[in-house]
Amino acid sequence: MSTHDHHHSSDAMDVFGFWIYIMSDCVLFAAIFAAYAVLHNKTYGGLGIGQLASLPYVFVETMALLASSFTYGMAILAMYKNNKTKVLFWLGVTFLFGLSFVSMEVKEFIHMYFEGHGWQTSAAMSAFYTLVGTHGFHVSMGLLWMLTLIVQLSMYGITPAMRRRLTYLGLFWAFLDIVWIFVFTIVYLMGVI
Amino acid sequence: MSTHADVPVTENYGTSPKTLSAYIIGLFLSLLLTVIAFLLVGKHMLSNSSLYIAVSILAVIQFCVQSLCFLRLNAGPEGRWNLYPFMFAVFVVFVVIGGSLWIMYNLNYNMMAH
Repeated sequence: MSTHDHHHSSDAMDVFGFWIYIMSDCVLFAAIFAAYAVLHNKTYGGLGIGQLASLPYVFVETMALLASSFTYGMAILAMYKNNKTKVLFWLGVTFLFGLSFVSMEVKEFIHMYFEGHGWQTSAAMSAFYTLVGTHGFHVSMGLLWMLTLIVQLSMYGITPAMRRRLTYLGLFWAFLDIVWIFVFTIVYLMGVI
Repeated sequence: MSTHADVPVTENYGTSPKTLSAYIIGLFLSLLLTVIAFLLVGKHMLSNSSLYIAVSILAVIQFCVQSLCFLRLNAGPEGRWNLYPFMFAVFVVFVVIGGSLWIMYNLNYNMMAH
């Protein structure tokens, strides 16, 4: 009983530590949001992001990420019920939504770059690629992480360690969706206004 | 030992219990708020300055919805451990972004005056 209690509280402490990491990541995003806010209209005679981005396209991206947040929640609920097959299924669905989000973003970047609006064209474009790219990089790392958990889960099943790992990724994933609300609003919606 | 089996299954680590209804409400409200913001801007339903205010408010509401429904933050005895660093992070975000804009605005203003 006492060893169990020990694991219980040390797990909670570990998750709290991960939470502190996420909060420090918040501060990283604050810095690049600040850079974007200051530089977004310094286009050096080129086009701003409002003229370059397609709002419906980004809207679909947003929907994919939002759906992935929900399906990850379904994976957590299946984990509570110790249903390994269902957890794997929902993680797979989440992975596909996340992958479509990243692929759409990469496609947008490549398109803009080859239209002559690369990160070297102006301060505004540098700030744009840094902000959106850093978020996309986080999502990509999350996908790699999710793939690892899918493999581990099919090997080990739902163990206490796997529960903790799924909780970490869940926090990370929900956090990335929250950051995207502000990317969508500040970069795209306000860009188009 | 009888409680042993059911303890780790509902482990929440200081968040509110994750429930299906919370996720569905979170998804529905987030969808609704995103669609409203998208339509307001896409169809240009308001004047420019009102649009800025409207999408900012919608973003803040969605931020609260997702924090409560997906992250499951709460002010309970254990939840506070997550909530206080979170509030501090939000404060730092405001200082960094607001401070940068303020300083750069002043700098631009002073540069133009001379």
